[in-house]
Amino acid sequence: MNQEPLLQVRDLRIAFRTDKKNTFEALKGISFDVPANSTVALVGESGSGKSVSSLAVMGLLPEQTTVIDPASSIRFAGRELLGLPLRERRALCGKDIAMIFQEPMSSLNPVFTVGFQIGEVLRLHMGMTKRAARARTLALLHEVGIPDPERKIDAYPSQMSGGQQQRVMIAMAIACEPRLLIADEPTTALDVTIQKQIMDLIARLQRERRMAVLFITHDLGLVGEIADRVIVMRHGEVREEGAASQVFGVPADAYTRALLHCRPSLDARPLRLPVIDDYLGGRIVPDQVLAQRVRGTTPDDQPVLVVNNLAKSFWLREGLFGKREFKAVKDVSFTLGRGKTLGVVGESGSGKTTVGLTLLRLHRASGGSALFEGRDLLAMSDREYQAYKRRIQIIFQNPYASLNPRFTVGQILQEPMRIHGIGANEMERTALARGLLGRVGLPDAAYGRYPHEFSGGQRQRIAIARCLTMRPEILVCDESVSALDVSVQAQVLNLLQDLQDEYGMSYIFISHDLSVVKYISDQVMVMHHGSVVEMADSDTLYRDPQHPYTRSLLAAIPRGVL
Amino acid sequence: MTMTTLHTPMQARSPGLWTLAWRRLCADRVGMAALAVVAAFLLLVLLSATGMLASDWEDEVAVNYAPPTFVGADATARALARAQLPRATPPNAFDPLAAELAELEAQVAQAHPPVEKRTTLPFGADKWGHDIVKKTIKGGETSIVVGLVAALLAVALGTLFGAVSGFYGGWIDDLFNWFYSIFTAIPAILMILTVAAVLQQKGVATIVLILGLTGWTGPYRLMRAEYIKHGAREYVMAADAIGASGWQRMFGHILPNVSHVALVQMSILVVGFIKAEVILSFLGFGVPVGTVSWGSMLNEAQNELILGKWWQLAAAAGAMALLVTSFSLFADALRDALDPRIK
Repeated sequence: MNQEPLLQVRDLRIAFRTDKKNTFEALKGISFDVPANSTVALVGESGSGKSVSSLAVMGLLPEQTTVIDPASSIRFAGRELLGLPLRERRALCGKDIAMIFQEPMSSLNPVFTVGFQIGEVLRLHMGMTKRAARARTLALLHEVGIPDPERKIDAYPSQMSGGQQQRVMIAMAIACEPRLLIADEPTTALDVTIQKQIMDLIARLQRERRMAVLFITHDLGLVGEIADRVIVMRHGEVREEGAASQVFGVPADAYTRALLHCRPSLDARPLRLPVIDDYLGGRIVPDQVLAQRVRGTTPDDQPVLVVNNLAKSFWLREGLFGKREFKAVKDVSFTLGRGKTLGVVGESGSGKTTVGLTLLRLHRASGGSALFEGRDLLAMSDREYQAYKRRIQIIFQNPYASLNPRFTVGQILQEPMRIHGIGANEMERTALARGLLGRVGLPDAAYGRYPHEFSGGQRQRIAIARCLTMRPEILVCDESVSALDVSVQAQVLNLLQDLQDEYGMSYIFISHDLSVVKYISDQVMVMHHGSVVEMADSDTLYRDPQHPYTRSLLAAIPRGVL
Repeated sequence: MTMTTLHTPMQARSPGLWTLAWRRLCADRVGMAALAVVAAFLLLVLLSATGMLASDWEDEVAVNYAPPTFVGADATARALARAQLPRATPPNAFDPLAAELAELEAQVAQAHPPVEKRTTLPFGADKWGHDIVKKTIKGGETSIVVGLVAALLAVALGTLFGAVSGFYGGWIDDLFNWFYSIFTAIPAILMILTVAAVLQQKGVATIVLILGLTGWTGPYRLMRAEYIKHGAREYVMAADAIGASGWQRMFGHILPNVSHVALVQMSILVVGFIKAEVILSFLGFGVPVGTVSWGSMLNEAQNELILGKWWQLAAAAGAMALLVTSFSLFADALRDALDPRIK
């Protein structure tokens, strides 16, 4: 196979018009190849231009605002795609090039059955009859591993799980036997065990059908197992390109090295996670041994929060008068030590977030107790609890949603202090707020700005600063770093660690990401369907998992190159 | 933007979302033109309300139905003008009061020197010889004030009910929803007439109350939906976690984030209420005698039109059409500026 590669991108330069005068250059002249019958991974953080590249190949960029440099070239199987008439491009895209997207839930039309939606592709592109299309759809559903395809073919998307929906999307994509499959973050919205299954499925289909796969992801660790070649992108430029073994084994570029190391790994726990700047600035050289942190609980830890048999049920309406109990959290008990971190892991629907929200009384508990200084937080009246609110705080997952967009950062930080009477007057509160901004690593000028002017990582710092104004003793971090890029995630984790060292706060760290939980936690609680299946010191749990569910979770973690 | 330069450099504030919305509005040419027309109307209302303009609209300055200047005075108008001039009556030798009457007439003539009634006016005159331009301005004052105040009342009620209903949910929400359903089950015009009959008083305040009390349903429904949506947002949960009370969350946190909905509703209602006032006055449920509004002008115009005197109708209808169209265009531009995602 030494002829021209299947997809050849040369000097692709794309800018977006932001308003009448300004443009934003998303791709600064990138070139890469996707050879036939191989998997190429395009890796980068948000804003790196990886998705723009794939959309450009598909011709899905908005025409009014996109400026593609005339010197750019995208060749597919010897044909130049740019400048091809829209009709021919469309015909090519559904058939020879297919794409799967990140969100299977919003990519499928909820009012048609999955069988109809796959069959439509077959009828349109392959000219099949209804009967032939249905037979082919059944075969496809079988191929992508949908259990009981005869029944599921007439199911609506909402009747399937996220993983099954993504399988349907893949079935739709491979229906016309494409020569190139573009997968844009196909597993980001899925749980770790489902992610593993989907990755295996894509790898198997690639082998069996001998097609080319362009796999786009932000997670370098994920692609090591399936990619032949890896392209690392940053700020619209290709930083490194090479065979997977080379990129993972002996990365040539400092940025690639940083990406590989700023994500917490399962077998090391440095005092501070290295960040991108450490590598780019040359403060960390390759193979430098970092000081390690020891974690774990001891019998003489001073307990700060004792939770016993916590339960939370939601009532679902059923029939005209009936209701059904849905137990989101069942019988959860744990003890949180002062200055310690309890990690809570589980997949979506495991009840881990509900535990956090119930402890803060954002949900009303159905049973159990949470003893804080001998008082039950869950049983006291709202008036009594008001005084305790400043002592137990929460940082949410989405920093874009958890800050009021109409408040300036100053107002956001002042509000809790005003409510709880912290600081004698406005001037003192302002000084406190400005001091905290500095503490979480934001410039003083941030005080008068609005949240929309900050990046995700910066906003999460603002949310942390808001909690710090109250000097809480317990901080619940509900997927607080999950929405952040790997490099930013490392910075925020370092900040949380520094703050714990400084103020002696206790954390309840809720996350679906087992590596992050392993890094930050002293003790880990594994939840499944609302119950705790296993709880142990983090090193013990990861070294010697007892429960089969824990084992399956750990086995699903992508481990980089094999 | 003036809003940003107002602050001292020490307290550097970046443009807030309102400033950004204003900038987007400024870039909308149609919107800005509409805003200019609306602003001009509001200026006229202000001048007329303070008595600087059209305060003398009730003076009978012209002959009955004096036609507009650009049409030109017709023969009947000229004849009328002559007929209305005080005629020197031939002296009656047998009148015992002749001397006194002559003296009285002389006094009156001195105090109010007889003016010749004008035969034409810029946009004509009505039945009593009032200047139509002034009358339209004065009528606009009533109509626009009614529209604005009633819309304000309706949106305030709708926002309050919607906020409480959407934020607390449960039986409170059910209660308001039942109340809403009852209100909307009655045909709108019947509802208005019912309230008018209950209030039993003719006046501008009555019309404002009628329209305000019947018009809150639309904003209520929208604000309720917004509050349900925002109540579950993380920033509201975060506010709950830091200890902000229910009212603080409802009006300190959520309201600034949904106020654009109320604002757009208000601009739509203003248009609707100006039209509703016109209809009410036309039906005779509107402004009392002695107050002029566009509605009462149109009411008079129906009889005039038979006589071929079209100018009062044209003036009132034209002014209303211009304002309503501009206000609608402005409301559209406002909506786009405040919520650029949907454009």
